[in-house]
Amino acid sequence: MTPLISAEHVAKAFPLPEGNELTVLHDVHLNVREGEVVALLGRSGSGKSTLLRIMAGLIRPSSGRVMVDGKELLGTNPGVAMVFQSFALLPWLSVQENAELGLTARGVDKATCAREAETALQMVGLEGFESAYPRELSGGMRQRVGFARAFVMHPDVLMMDEPFSALDVLTAENLRGEISDLWEQGKFPAKSILLVTHNIEEAVMLSDRVVILGANPGIVRGEVRIDIPRPRKAKDPRFAALVDYIYTVMTNPEAKVGEFSANAYTEQPLPLSRFPMLPHARVGGMSGLLEIVHELGGREDLPELAERLRLEVDDLLPTVDAAVMLGFAKVEHGDVQITPEGTEFATAGVDRSKQLFAEHMLKNVPFVNTVVETLRQKKNGKVDKEFFIDILDEHFTEAEAERQFQTLIYWGRYAQLFEYDADEEKLYRVADEPSIAPVA
Amino acid sequence: MIRVWRKPQILPTAFRRTIGPADLAVGLGTLALLYAVARVGGESMVRFHPPDVIPVVSLDPVNLPNYAARSTLRMFIALILSTLFTFVYGYAAARSRRAEKVLIPLLDILQSVPVLGFLSVTVTFFIAMFRGSLLGLEAASIFAIFTGQAWNMTFSFYQSLRTVPAELDEMASLYQLSLWERFTRLELPSSVIGLVWNGMMSFGGGWFFLAASEAISVLNHNYTLPGLGSYVAAATAARDFHALFWAILTMIALILAIDQFFWRPLVTLADMYKLELSAGETQHFWVNDLWRRAKLPHYFMRLVGVPFDYLDHNLSRFTRVRPEEPASLNPAQGSDRVFNAIAILVSAGLLYLGVRFVLTSVGWKEVGHAALLGLYTASRVMFLLVFSTLVWTPIGVAIGFSPRLSRFSQPIIQLLASFPANFIFPFATLFFIKAGISLNWGSVLLMALGAQWYLLFNVIGGAQGIPNDLREMGRNLGLRRFKAWRYLIAPGIFGSWVTGAITASGGAWNASIVAEIVPWGKTTLTAKGLGAYISEATTLGDWPRIVLGVGLMSLYVVGMNRLVWRRLYELAESRYRLG
Repeated sequence: MTPLISAEHVAKAFPLPEGNELTVLHDVHLNVREGEVVALLGRSGSGKSTLLRIMAGLIRPSSGRVMVDGKELLGTNPGVAMVFQSFALLPWLSVQENAELGLTARGVDKATCAREAETALQMVGLEGFESAYPRELSGGMRQRVGFARAFVMHPDVLMMDEPFSALDVLTAENLRGEISDLWEQGKFPAKSILLVTHNIEEAVMLSDRVVILGANPGIVRGEVRIDIPRPRKAKDPRFAALVDYIYTVMTNPEAKVGEFSANAYTEQPLPLSRFPMLPHARVGGMSGLLEIVHELGGREDLPELAERLRLEVDDLLPTVDAAVMLGFAKVEHGDVQITPEGTEFATAGVDRSKQLFAEHMLKNVPFVNTVVETLRQKKNGKVDKEFFIDILDEHFTEAEAERQFQTLIYWGRYAQLFEYDADEEKLYRVADEPSIAPVA
Repeated sequence: MIRVWRKPQILPTAFRRTIGPADLAVGLGTLALLYAVARVGGESMVRFHPPDVIPVVSLDPVNLPNYAARSTLRMFIALILSTLFTFVYGYAAARSRRAEKVLIPLLDILQSVPVLGFLSVTVTFFIAMFRGSLLGLEAASIFAIFTGQAWNMTFSFYQSLRTVPAELDEMASLYQLSLWERFTRLELPSSVIGLVWNGMMSFGGGWFFLAASEAISVLNHNYTLPGLGSYVAAATAARDFHALFWAILTMIALILAIDQFFWRPLVTLADMYKLELSAGETQHFWVNDLWRRAKLPHYFMRLVGVPFDYLDHNLSRFTRVRPEEPASLNPAQGSDRVFNAIAILVSAGLLYLGVRFVLTSVGWKEVGHAALLGLYTASRVMFLLVFSTLVWTPIGVAIGFSPRLSRFSQPIIQLLASFPANFIFPFATLFFIKAGISLNWGSVLLMALGAQWYLLFNVIGGAQGIPNDLREMGRNLGLRRFKAWRYLIAPGIFGSWVTGAITASGGAWNASIVAEIVPWGKTTLTAKGLGAYISEATTLGDWPRIVLGVGLMSLYVVGMNRLVWRRLYELAESRYRLG
């Protein structure tokens, strides 16, 4: 069976002002076949939303092509309807007018528009709200209008771009459940679903396969088949095992994503990176996370931790990564394990914590050594930001180099290894040793 | 009306009710308005005057309602033209990358050019166009008001078009809205608020240009167009305080009436086009409520609705985009080298012609002389900004910090800002004569009469924008007087102050053309400056000097924008942004 949409060798690069390019996607293949739900899962910077938009025809790929019905897609994909993260409703149109919009644009007559809109609004539980305006509705109901507008089109593929992430936890859970029910009952007015998310449970709950994207540049790392029968329960041990597996894969950016069996899987050892990338984590967050893990007995399941802290993967994982990088924690089988050094860091007073942080930075992050050494060799103890940005530029895109630098400054200031003057854009050596001055 | 493409919501009760007092009010009001427009409009269309017969302005206050109506009609025609221009120009600039490259820098220049310096050009042009008719003068006056309004509105519209939220734009592409649907359902509604507010501010500023353009002398001719502005000019020439007083009263009443019956209802209507979905209370205003309560508008809308739906449907059909050409504003790639080269060549050519024209007719010495005069005016503008800042910042902050004071003073300041400063000029001139003050200093005050309000407005807004938490923190830490200003208030309002100062300085440059040379009866006071230079050249019809003066003034304005204001603006954006 030919796929409904297929992306072939798709790559996307955005030109940067200085002539460089920012590669967002690199040589991506993806098929969406009839009757399946595909989830695109990736951390921020993996280009998952860009891939979705390329397949919808909203963005053109820099190279490669998208095939629809055996023909190359040029322009917007007529067989696609989309549900947007921010709902994308027109505030000045009523619920019904919003829902009808796509049909109106096709020149469908008024009576048919109204009939279709009525059916769709009924499906999402909004009958009686036809003449209301979006601003009179709650967030969950607004997204229901977004779904109704997409349903009315009877698309081949319904694309969802993080459709529940702007909703509060309970509302999201509720709506997700209803969408899942519609699909399971075979009433869903689309042949397939392509879902972009960074919520691992959501991906496992809704989809038939989870395609995992890697970041910088975005590549397809592999896919995980979710063959748990529907309706699915989060308590199901197979469900939990799959979530654990995906967590592990996502915390190890270099690990290979293979065919997964819930009973036994081997973890790939983390290969040494050429130039380790600093995860963009706050020191306070890291410290808080370690403290909680310590209080929970030193080991905790990652999905459980995310649930407990109400954190999305995008927020949790960089913090975990940072703790792992500095040797304060380890990740195994979807669990975080605190190390003795981590325990000390989490429980010590401010001064000792700073000292430990400085020591571990110098030991585990080679680039910090470079910075401290460069500052020491300078007579006046000052170095331009540009100098370090140039080094970072060789390994990262321009934007990422800037973020790396910001994180470096943030960590270095905390550890009192160096100081930074944002007006002059210069790094300063801290007077002699990393002395620890009490904060007034 | 902006709401026209929305289906009228007809409440079932509307059919049962009989005609009520609301209908009577709406009906009579509409009829009166139509009658006034037809009659006043007819006066300028029908009465033909040979150009050397100057229409006489009678100082009898009985004529004031008629003059006011004629001036108002000019203002509204200019507003309609500005709006149309805004749609076409702004839309073209936002939709085509090539057009944008030419149109936006051009708009930037047009904004910096002193509009009043062009009166001579436009008056001559329009008189030649409508030979032997008053329409030429009417057109010139309307054009002057138009040039005072259009650029701001166009920029606002263009900005709104460029900042349509990305997901809404994608939604429109994906659901294949036609160009017409995209414009009426997405682009126009999301720019309405900016457009209405900008239109309101520009309209307020327009009275100044109206007053200046109704009575001017160009090429040794005195041209008078019956209206409020020419009434004031005539009263000034006759030293008639009684008439001046009546004119000012009429002006105030006019501004208040237009605010109540036009702008406030429009602002209230525009409120429903807010992009954010946060539930807020619906805005109410008595005119809108009256309109809603009345049945006639509903019937009328229903009547209009049928052909409008038909039109809407067909326009959508004709502007349908094929999926292969996404209608989104993402500009297409393409080679622009040739296009850029042509654009640069054309502008360089025009510049060369202008410079050659000036140099061959007046020579370098005159250029130096005019540039020096420009320095005088520039220092006046600077002085004015410093002085207005010293006076109005403390007052503005006090108003902004006190909700009660804000509520109380907002309408008054709004009135003052709309009030054309040139109506006050005669009084100030008389004061200068009596007190023996040279206009070299006095003109600063005259320029400030119009320009200072922008500063005040923005400072009030800035002060209101300082979060309450920060102010409480300041009180809690005991930051007082100087310290509070140094650490909290001055940085907090800096961004708004810059915006206000940019606008005020633009307004002051423009005002210099009428403020550096003022008459009182047979006496005329003149200040040394580029404004007076342009004014004198205009009266004499000295083309090279007009071009030189206007060109130099534009250069000064653009130069100051680039060298001073842009940098301050960037500093405000990067360093002193709250939140």
